[in-house]
Amino acid sequence: MKTKLAAIFNFQKITFWKAAAFLIAVIGVYSFFIRITKGLGASTNLNDFVPWGLWIGVDFIGVGLAAAGFTIAATAHIFNNHKYESIARPAILTAYIGYMMVVALLVIDLGKPEHFWHPLIMWNIHSVMFEITWCVICYSTILSIEFAPVVLEKYNFPRLLKFVKKITPGAIILGVLFSTLHQSSFGSLYLIVPAKVYPLWYSSYLPVHFFISCIAAGLSMIILEAYLCARAFGQGLNIRILSGLGKGVLTVLIIELVFKFSDLISAGKFNLLFVPLNETYFFWLEIIIGFVIPIWILTHPKYRVNRTGLYFAAIFTISGFILNRMNVCVTSLVRSSGQSYVPSLEEIGITLFLIMIAMIAFKYVVENFKVFSHEETHETKAAENVTAVLEGNR
Amino acid sequence: MAEHKINIDNQIGILFDAAECIGCGSCYEACKLQNKLPETNKDFLRDHLSDKTYTTIEQHGDYYSRKLCMHCIEPTCVSVCPVGAFEKTELGPVLYDEDKCIGCRYCMQACPHNIPRYEWSSTSPGVRKCVMCNERLKEGKLTACAEACPVQATVCGKLSDLIKEAKNRIKKHPEKYFPHIYGLEEAGGSNVIILSPVPFDQLGYSVKIPKQSMPDFTMKAMEKIPTVVSVGGIFLTGMYWLTKRKNQIKKEEHHLEEKK
Repeated sequence: MKTKLAAIFNFQKITFWKAAAFLIAVIGVYSFFIRITKGLGASTNLNDFVPWGLWIGVDFIGVGLAAAGFTIAATAHIFNNHKYESIARPAILTAYIGYMMVVALLVIDLGKPEHFWHPLIMWNIHSVMFEITWCVICYSTILSIEFAPVVLEKYNFPRLLKFVKKITPGAIILGVLFSTLHQSSFGSLYLIVPAKVYPLWYSSYLPVHFFISCIAAGLSMIILEAYLCARAFGQGLNIRILSGLGKGVLTVLIIELVFKFSDLISAGKFNLLFVPLNETYFFWLEIIIGFVIPIWILTHPKYRVNRTGLYFAAIFTISGFILNRMNVCVTSLVRSSGQSYVPSLEEIGITLFLIMIAMIAFKYVVENFKVFSHEETHETKAAENVTAVLEGNR
Repeated sequence: MAEHKINIDNQIGILFDAAECIGCGSCYEACKLQNKLPETNKDFLRDHLSDKTYTTIEQHGDYYSRKLCMHCIEPTCVSVCPVGAFEKTELGPVLYDEDKCIGCRYCMQACPHNIPRYEWSSTSPGVRKCVMCNERLKEGKLTACAEACPVQATVCGKLSDLIKEAKNRIKKHPEKYFPHIYGLEEAGGSNVIILSPVPFDQLGYSVKIPKQSMPDFTMKAMEKIPTVVSVGGIFLTGMYWLTKRKNQIKKEEHHLEEKK
């Protein structure tokens, strides 16, 4: 008989993904060990001219991809659009796990992780970093309130559940406000270095760009998850909802693209778009992957009602988003710092390890709690039974 | 120039005059000695700022330039640090408190002069930079570098006097100087000011630095927060109430139709 733990990981079957996960875990633990025992200098390729690297970029990306947590929660519970209620839970779960991962990575990135609690009592209200720290702390607390019903339902605490449901609308409104603030503030971090950030990315509207782009990326993340979950555990989402999300992504992408170019042109940077420099190529790559392709896919109604079409649109939107954040925090600073930066094995190792833990956590919660909606689960239960029977026959 | 929130009349500053500097290295040695820093390079002209070197002398053709913390009047590091580990003191020096620091390195990312250095090889690293010999200033002494300078290329004194002195030097010998005092307006002004015989980029100083207080760039965004929160909060609460009511009415109408 299998133990419960063995059942979760299913050790008997060695697949490519399990081997990869094992490798990532080994490298991740090793990297973590080097980070703790030898310090930042030995474990990263950061230096006095490149004090921020991959980890900060991944923090931006992780928080951005978690943006569906507040947009969907607001759509379903503030604007009371009940069509989207069934994806509120996966969206909130994504956000919760995403934030936990980002907080872990932020603490690892700190030179003095043992001082991580200092912003709680040592205040500097002029600092964007201070504001972000507080928003992330508050929003993580709110996400636990938003996700609490899933846990309370399972372990049957009706009175507590009733109380949590009562405070949920208020919590969601606060959650939207905190999210708006810190999603945009990641862009504000760079406002103070106008002479360092390459002009294609520097803008006094950087916080607004960060805010708009995270909405498209966050919604795409839900489409991607729905697709992957449908494949992995047969738990999927209604195509009507997914193409609604697709429409949302399309709208936001068009808004951001128009805003991006009008911002560049009004700042007199139009000519920079055609200068043969690495920055220009990276910028166009970001535009083509993150805007042109997904907008092209999503403007075709036949792809928008098709799971695979939506899946590819989501993949491109997310890739473009990742490229944008890495461009802002690495590419745009190469010229002014006079140094190129490539992350070290340890930086990559710890990052992949945390992403893997996040994915395992997501899988575990989806399998053990009611994250996806009722009907969907019934359908999939049936599907699961069929596969179980088929596997048993083998 | 931006209006300064603190009184700079009694503040101490440093004037570095690249036209006078002979590149002898006395200031470099004095700084090492004063701050008890280990030797980092046999040839001081080839050394660079690090957690063990707070000032350097660079050779640019016939001239020498000095790099050190500019001790800005409205310092970027003070404004960006999430825990307030940096402080602009009454006397002028910008000081750092390692006991507060969490190690986010935003100060390094944000400093317009690229001055703060990090103890990368330590497992509990701190930020290191020139402290303008704060302890000496408090005793009424000059900074170690100014005291060591044999030719008045580095001068320490009241900032207002130094600005007058710098203007005088340019006025007296216009042929000797590039007509600009670096640090008077750069990043909103600093307690370290620099004179040069040639344009400043030729001595390795950044000329791209905006001539306004850097924290203002952030404040323009930060000051919108209260508006975003209050307008957003009212809007969302209103929408919640409205849409809920709309759904309720729809439901009631539905019931009525069913009864009919």
